[in-house]
Amino acid sequence: MKQTNVGGSRRKMMNALAIAVLVIIFIGYMFPFLMVVINSLKQKRDIIKSPFSWLFTIKGLSFDNFVKAFVQMDFLNAFKNSLLVTVSATVLVTLLAAMLAYYIVRNKNKISDFTFALMVASMIIPFQAIMIPLVSIYGGTLHVLEHRLTLIFMHTGFSMAMSVFMFHGFIKGNIPIALEEASCIDGCSHAQTFFLIVFPLLKPIISTMVILNSLAFWNDFLLPSLVLSKKELLTLPLSTYSFYGTYSADYGTIMAGLLLCVIPILILYVVLQKQIIGGVVAGAVK
Amino acid sequence: MKSKNSGKDFCMFGLPGMFCFFAVVIIPFVYGVYLTLTDWDGVSSTKNFIGLRNFAGVVRDSQFWSSLILTFEYVIVVVVLVNVMAFAIAYLLTRGIKGQNFFRAGFFTPNLIGGIVLGYIWQFVFSRAFVSVGESTGWSLFGISWLSTPGKAFAALVLVTVWQLSGYMILIYVAGFMGLSEDVMEAASIDGASGWKKMTNIVMPLMMSSITICLFLTLSRAFMVYDVNLSLTAGGPYGTTEMAAMHVYEKAFTSRAFGLGQAEAFVLFIVVACISGLQVYFTKKQEVEA
Repeated sequence: MKQTNVGGSRRKMMNALAIAVLVIIFIGYMFPFLMVVINSLKQKRDIIKSPFSWLFTIKGLSFDNFVKAFVQMDFLNAFKNSLLVTVSATVLVTLLAAMLAYYIVRNKNKISDFTFALMVASMIIPFQAIMIPLVSIYGGTLHVLEHRLTLIFMHTGFSMAMSVFMFHGFIKGNIPIALEEASCIDGCSHAQTFFLIVFPLLKPIISTMVILNSLAFWNDFLLPSLVLSKKELLTLPLSTYSFYGTYSADYGTIMAGLLLCVIPILILYVVLQKQIIGGVVAGAVK
Repeated sequence: MKSKNSGKDFCMFGLPGMFCFFAVVIIPFVYGVYLTLTDWDGVSSTKNFIGLRNFAGVVRDSQFWSSLILTFEYVIVVVVLVNVMAFAIAYLLTRGIKGQNFFRAGFFTPNLIGGIVLGYIWQFVFSRAFVSVGESTGWSLFGISWLSTPGKAFAALVLVTVWQLSGYMILIYVAGFMGLSEDVMEAASIDGASGWKKMTNIVMPLMMSSITICLFLTLSRAFMVYDVNLSLTAGGPYGTTEMAAMHVYEKAFTSRAFGLGQAEAFVLFIVVACISGLQVYFTKKQEVEA
């Protein structure tokens, strides 16, 4: 009895120590964000004088920086572009990948075997090994750069292999073929069977893939930077990049601009935290 | 779905997805292999077939090799630090403490934000906040901005990458720790294994599948680092932090040597594929069933 008590209090102490260590590391992790938040509300001379000073010690506290950043980044337009590209590409890749994976699982033939093998193999190709010919084909030969549609199409293509792979695993393991046979007997066409019976059953894997893909599309920089350069087409990461290039000495405005970029995702994260973390873990472990 | 109109099914279900995949990944990849054999500059309409001369050019491009060596150093440091950090934090998090979910969610936050924005945030931290600490305390460590001193700029890049990636790996390791069976742990304790012994003999082998995934993810991400590299240091000071991926980009789009750039990208691809292949092979062999 005594022994368990000793073990218990020792365990409690270790746990307290663990929490203390975690809290210290956690503060270190959050430190950069804290810096951004504090300094986004200050004026340039106060930032240079003392980046650490807290809000209540500063006189020139204002939201001017945000207004300035909002206008100079053309935030609304960039946000709209990012949203348009992310949503369309996510919807497109989810739909097409689910259909292709379904076809591959249910039709064992040479084409589907070959495509699937090629997709799995292609997942190790880094983007940098494709970007140069990509630009030369779509820019030099087809002349379709500077269109949001091109970017959407490319996002879709690049995430196709991974998405098909995930859908393939899920359909194979979780969708009984008897369901489809039943719906076939009841007179459904193949399209009806897929959209009315199979697709709704894919919900868990769909939510995983939507989270993974939309995060990747929203934050991507390299691919959009190769496709779009006209000011009115820029997505958020691109407009942040050009904004920073122009105003890099104007710290307050920069901090406000960076915060503006981060806020939409953070709001989404607070609301969908469980789903996002679950989706990322499921995506990595498979 | 087997039936008489399988051709129609193929066109409807299979074709659209395959078309996207082939048009964006496979055709450019194959065309890229062809590009390595030409002297194309990205503008002119003529491409001359020059055989393997680009690969000879890769061998001679000493900047490429120094950037590749730098990338290797970076990858090794990042992979070790990220995994040790994430493993340790995940271990602490799964001891049944309060607020586990809060910590986990907080550590993951940097992964939600693009590399460009993260790099700029840290640029401010290094060049203003740290310098201000240096000025008021007199510590020479923070005296001048890390980003303008060659060795420290590299350290800064490593620090930011570790900060960014570890949150992701924490999630995977936490899932791994949660999956460990209580029975096995209890049996180990009864048999007298405790502390370090339990960790190395029981926990580590059972965690091997998580370790395989995390090593693979950190390896492939660190090798291909570009966004953070661009926004944090842009290769500077004096090109001392120019990683291989950035070098390839510069070669192709700034120096307009598309053939040579593509050949270097191809070499990089082979290197990464071999290394991650070997890693997965060796760590998979270590995996055991409980």
